[in-house]
Amino acid sequence: MSLNALWEYANPKKFIQTTDRVLPWFAWSAALTLVVGLIWGFFFTPDDYRQGSTVKIIYLHVPAALMAINAWLMMLITSLVWIVRRHHVSALAARAAAPVGMIMTVIALLTGAIWGQPMWGTWWAWDPRLTSFLILFLFYLGYIALWEAIENDDTAADLTSILCLVGSVFALLSRYAVNFWNQGLHQGASLSLDKEENVHDVFWYPLVVAMAGFALLFIALVLMRTRTEIRARRMRALLARERMGA
Amino acid sequence: MMPDLGKYADAVLSSYAVSLVLLALIAWLSLRRSKRIKRELEEVETKVKSNG
Repeated sequence: MSLNALWEYANPKKFIQTTDRVLPWFAWSAALTLVVGLIWGFFFTPDDYRQGSTVKIIYLHVPAALMAINAWLMMLITSLVWIVRRHHVSALAARAAAPVGMIMTVIALLTGAIWGQPMWGTWWAWDPRLTSFLILFLFYLGYIALWEAIENDDTAADLTSILCLVGSVFALLSRYAVNFWNQGLHQGASLSLDKEENVHDVFWYPLVVAMAGFALLFIALVLMRTRTEIRARRMRALLARERMGA
Repeated sequence: MMPDLGKYADAVLSSYAVSLVLLALIAWLSLRRSKRIKRELEEVETKVKSNG
């Protein structure tokens, strides 16, 4: 498929027709992968020699944190497409992704705090990664609120796209904060293409399955929510036309 | 068969509980809104068609 063929999906009708077919596949594969990953991680992996059973929290915390950042990066790409090409579907996809990304951020923050209490002796520390994640959460809140506050869809898409560009700095900081600053409690990456840095295989395989589950769930929810936003926009347009004709 | 979580049982179980509830909540809210908007759009389209 050429890159130009991708622009076909900027047509709302084509987007809805295509997602009619693929959405059930994403939804079922998300459910299956999540169940397998979490059951494998929870029931069939040993305790870590230092962290004890709290290592099982990794199967929620790492995938959620990864998707919290990736969701914002997806919103950045779709916002840039809106700014450059003015495709409504792409602006609506960014809007659809925000609440899902926010939930992923909340899960990462909460599971991190619950893990941190027994391991670090504190629920929270003003560590670079934790702080940038908290700021990312506030950006999610602000982004969602801005969409809700502005009545005109195009103006809302313009302003939220700018907010998304600014917030991307914190999304990237959340990912690389532990590399930029050597202070703070948070350890380095648990997963890396460099085999030396990875967690042990016994934890790694179920973690990869859980990450795939979170990613598929994110895709399924964003597709479903984008369809909803397309329909809601059409409904607002029809009602506005009715009012003008009356 | 429940694994032995030892002294960290509360931390592990509350992490799973909170996360699964939040994931189920966003899925349920998304599905509910999807159904509601689809139904409302159909009603508006029918109304617009009948008004010519």
